[in-house]
Amino acid sequence: MNKLLNVSSSPHVRSHESTQSIMMDVAIAMLPATAFGVFQFGLNALLVLIVTIAACVLSEYIFEKVTHRKCTVYDLSAVVTGMILALNMPADIPLWIPALGGVFAIVVVKQLYGGLGQNFMNPALAARCFLLISFTGKMSTFTLDGWTGATPLAVLKAGGEADVLAMFLGKIPGTIGEVSVLALLVGGLYLVWRKVISLRIPVTYILTTAVFVFIFGQQDLNYVLAHICGGGLIFGAFFMATDYVTSPITPLGQILFGILLGVLTGLFRIFGGSAEGVSYAIIISNLLVPLIERVTLPKAFGKEGK
Amino acid sequence: MNKCVERLYNGIIKENPTFVLMLGMCPTLAVTTTAINGVGMGLSTTAVLVFSNLIISALRKIIPDRVRIPAYIVIVASLVTIVQLLLQAFIPSLYQSLGIFIPLIVVNCIILGRAEAYAAKNGPLESAFDGIGMGLGFTVGLTCIAAFRELLGAGAIFGLELIPEDFRIAIFGLAPGAFFVLAGLTALQNKFKAPSATNGSVPQSKLACGGDCMSCHGCASQANHGTLEEVRAKAEAEAQAKKEAAIKAAQAKKAAEAAEAGKTEE
Repeated sequence: MNKLLNVSSSPHVRSHESTQSIMMDVAIAMLPATAFGVFQFGLNALLVLIVTIAACVLSEYIFEKVTHRKCTVYDLSAVVTGMILALNMPADIPLWIPALGGVFAIVVVKQLYGGLGQNFMNPALAARCFLLISFTGKMSTFTLDGWTGATPLAVLKAGGEADVLAMFLGKIPGTIGEVSVLALLVGGLYLVWRKVISLRIPVTYILTTAVFVFIFGQQDLNYVLAHICGGGLIFGAFFMATDYVTSPITPLGQILFGILLGVLTGLFRIFGGSAEGVSYAIIISNLLVPLIERVTLPKAFGKEGK
Repeated sequence: MNKCVERLYNGIIKENPTFVLMLGMCPTLAVTTTAINGVGMGLSTTAVLVFSNLIISALRKIIPDRVRIPAYIVIVASLVTIVQLLLQAFIPSLYQSLGIFIPLIVVNCIILGRAEAYAAKNGPLESAFDGIGMGLGFTVGLTCIAAFRELLGAGAIFGLELIPEDFRIAIFGLAPGAFFVLAGLTALQNKFKAPSATNGSVPQSKLACGGDCMSCHGCASQANHGTLEEVRAKAEAEAQAKKEAAIKAAQAKKAAEAAEAGKTEE
């Protein structure tokens, strides 16, 4: 304790949390899913992970050096962006594609708009959609144990059955990070326990999707559960939709945001051409966040109502 | 004749409709998927532009001022229909790939803009050359953007394949790619302070006020143009004097250096 009496202006109560500590928590929370992905898809998954993170961190460092900005590599946000992006990739993708994605995420989506806190869209997801549109074939070919298979949601869409237990445990083809719901839930609950995220967005998101799928899809428990466990919904709900920069800060706004996400995801999955829609739902909802925040702005104390 | 050459230079370089004026952005973004589309769109617009400028200029004393816009539209729309039918008859493949954007030439800002800004005030010959210049400038702009997008998106330029299929970034051939390329281009223009519609720091006009009518509050109205002209002339003279002084200083420095060098050699 400093013996000197410091006189300073408010705020006097400061949190010990910093961007770095929050990002660290997010990275730790993604570790179970990452470890499972590497265990399931082998060494190539680890390579994708390393290349993506390196591309993100390096492009952040170089961009900030070139434009003479403060170096923000140490706040770990680029590492988290890289991790999320890598976990959104199939494991056997040619390594230059994740590298390109990392550069796009950091330079175009994040830094060109002013760096962390100014990006209007989740950088990792924007880069994922960029890659998905550019390299549709390579980004949606998933292999597991040596054979290429359709994701459970694609099977469902084609009228087949899905094995929900396998989806929960992760023995399914998919991107590196989305496959094991169990590992993702462990990470998500860690974030909730550390109070990094609140449950408002994930729970409303998942519930809305479930209700939407139940009403407009099939009225079947197995079907609804498969929709909850598949297509990266859990991953998106806990790790990507809750990104501080691109989600509302008002409690009511967060609930609205979750409902919007759920409706959009359901729309894309049931009525859209593709079987999955989490990424697009999240980046479209990101664009509406300023509007949601304006509508749900709490009334200041002492102000009269309208 | 010199005026005609000046018009060509003005259209292609000084006031390039795509890069400097930033007019006609709709076809610029929409049809520039392949270089051949860019050339086709540019040349179709050029044809319409030349003849509309020519006809409007020839009729400028007959068209009543109050109904000039409808009159221009009638002329432009007729010409566009002619171009459309000709394309359909002789280059059906281009007609197919340009689609709705051929009839949309009618509402292209460049055509009405040139009719209002130039053809309605000048003689037919200059106006026709203005049309050629602006049209070629537009063609050059579209072709550059289209070639870049085709190279990245489809790995080819004019159908000549350069990049193997695995390394093509398909998004550049789609709508977002058009925005990326145009935004990148504008960013470069702003960075190097090249003249463009988005770069406010470079005066666009010979007017003393800089010609920025969008944000003008009337302080630079006709009445005080004379005063502003004086201010501008004064500023110009000052700048000239400064430049000369700088040149003199540089020369003096050079001479001193040369003398120094001579000394060391001795």
